[in-house]
Amino acid sequence: MTDQIKDNFNSFEAQLNGESKLPWHKLRKEAYSAFESKGFPGPKDEEYKYTHVGRLFEKKVHYSIPKDEPTKSPRSVPTTFHEEDAIHIAIVDGVVAKISGSAAIEQGIVVITLREALKSHPEELNTHFGKYADINKDPFTALNTAFSYEGVFIQIPKKKKVEKPIILHYHFRNQKEGSVQTRNLMLVGPGAEVNIVESYSATSSQAFFGNHVSEIVVEPNAHLNYFKLQNQGSLTCQIDNTFIHQKRDSEVRTFTFTLEGKLIRNNLNIALDEENSTSHMYGLYVAHGDGHIDNHTVVDHRVPNCYSNEIYKGILDDNSKGVFNGKIFVRQDAQKTNAFQSNKNILLTDTASINTKPQLEIWADDVKCSHGCTTGQLDEKQLFYLRSRGIGASTARAMLLHAFVNDVLDNIEIDFLREFINSEIYKRLD
Amino acid sequence: MLHIKNLHAAIDGHEILRGINLDIKPGEVHAIMGPNGSGKSTLASVLAGKDDYEVTDGSVTFEGKDILEFSPEDRAREGIFLAFQYPVEIPGVSSNIFLRTALNQIREYRGQEPLDAVHFLKLVKEKMALVEIDPKLISRSLNEGFSGGEKKRNEIFQMAMLEPKLAILDETDSGLDIDALRIVANGVNKLKSPHNATIVVTHYQRLLDYIIPDFVHVLYKGRIVKSGDKSLALELEEKGYDWIKEESELVS
Repeated sequence: MTDQIKDNFNSFEAQLNGESKLPWHKLRKEAYSAFESKGFPGPKDEEYKYTHVGRLFEKKVHYSIPKDEPTKSPRSVPTTFHEEDAIHIAIVDGVVAKISGSAAIEQGIVVITLREALKSHPEELNTHFGKYADINKDPFTALNTAFSYEGVFIQIPKKKKVEKPIILHYHFRNQKEGSVQTRNLMLVGPGAEVNIVESYSATSSQAFFGNHVSEIVVEPNAHLNYFKLQNQGSLTCQIDNTFIHQKRDSEVRTFTFTLEGKLIRNNLNIALDEENSTSHMYGLYVAHGDGHIDNHTVVDHRVPNCYSNEIYKGILDDNSKGVFNGKIFVRQDAQKTNAFQSNKNILLTDTASINTKPQLEIWADDVKCSHGCTTGQLDEKQLFYLRSRGIGASTARAMLLHAFVNDVLDNIEIDFLREFINSEIYKRLD
Repeated sequence: MLHIKNLHAAIDGHEILRGINLDIKPGEVHAIMGPNGSGKSTLASVLAGKDDYEVTDGSVTFEGKDILEFSPEDRAREGIFLAFQYPVEIPGVSSNIFLRTALNQIREYRGQEPLDAVHFLKLVKEKMALVEIDPKLISRSLNEGFSGGEKKRNEIFQMAMLEPKLAILDETDSGLDIDALRIVANGVNKLKSPHNATIVVTHYQRLLDYIIPDFVHVLYKGRIVKSGDKSLALELEEKGYDWIKEESELVS
């Protein structure tokens, strides 16, 4: 079944001259065998029970080294943001095409391609690369690791407060069916503060398959706000695996906004490795047409005295499907854990659906944990109240949907980003 | 202004209004009283366009237009306002944005320019003073966490902002203490003009000490069984509803 992928892998490897002695090379091979032994998840795979994804990837996808070299094709950033508001990285059809001028990059911040990092930061790569993305758990992580080549390496030095957000713009414009796999490594140094955004868009009229993996380490007392903005047309399929490891006294806020896509699966994995760390996970998905959006999150309380809070909200229209699975692990040692989770959904039609499942596994005895999920329709009484004041039905509906999502959006502290996401959501809801 | 003719309405096949006839002219205040379950609130809801109710017979014209054909928002834009018996809490919708949206959609319907932020805020200040409402309330989510009295006062504040031609106050006095009642009634009285009319739906005579009605109608089993002036309300206060029930049973 995976012959084609095997051929792809062999020819991919053959193109990687001079890398056979590197640890990365060994990892790729291991990852490939891990993938080969597991294969794509089938209908009986518990983790992919509601999201049948394997076949799409199996049949239509070719994997190879991206052909364009960044220096040969400097492309402008396909951005909706002002150049000066952020540090921009354009990743066009899977190739890191442009990193905005060195002037924008504040002193000491490293934003380079993964391949450049192989030469300039070998130690960091040896220490961190592939250490968090477990190739034996998720076959897509294994596949991504096997073909890992293109991606971004970010390093924020100790105590650096990065004023402007770093935005990775993934843009798909290829007019052929295709696939991309990107791989990022982000290291947030002790006491550093940074906002990192991954924004996906597409002008391609063809189906696109993206398989992305990011590994992120947040060192002691560091603060990270990490955004994903998936808004890439109704044909895109995307599997995203993100692995975040938090050290002592660190704080992470993740924001996952999914506004469009044929099939989107996000696996967000947060490990609280050291005490007194805090994680907030915010998510918002707005699906329509035949869209399918699946969010799996794991927060792993490995040590005592950590706090995690998760709020995911979904609005499902037409025939769309949503999936939410939120795992909270509290290990035996993780006493005094506070862990909260909430998933709320609004179904706008009779044919839209959501499968939601909280999953708490708690081995410690002195913890506070809670979870809750709700699924419902718009409140008719509220709707009538607004309309009885002269507000048109469609505006009234949009106002209520906004009210529903506001407690997620209000947590975005960067004004231009909040406004942008707000306006994108307005477009979806109106 | 408003002509209700032989209005019948049902909910889930159960008939609640069984032939209401009522004429209201500009400048008039009509009180609609009656025992529990007589159909008072149903009448208010049907006029505002709540679609839980099915109008099975009769007509309602407002300034010559058959408003039964109108959506709730268009009725509001034509100038009908319902002060709810139980105002709904809407967390996440700011009172400010709600009111401005409502006001500007009404203005647009009437071919007027939208109010800009400055003029809007000026109007808000002016009307807030009129109904003695705490300015802090408008910066909060609509009715969220408001006390019963605050919610009712907010209804009258919205009415002041939207300046309806016909205001329907549905049990606005229920749950109000005497001070809140006086403030709400004062607000209503200040908004009264020869051009607008008010329907006061109430169970008790108490509110009518403050809002003096020109006409009092008694609703019983979905029909207006007795009409009179304000002295009828006093009589009801004294004697209760039983004699009305007996009288109407005799007639039917």
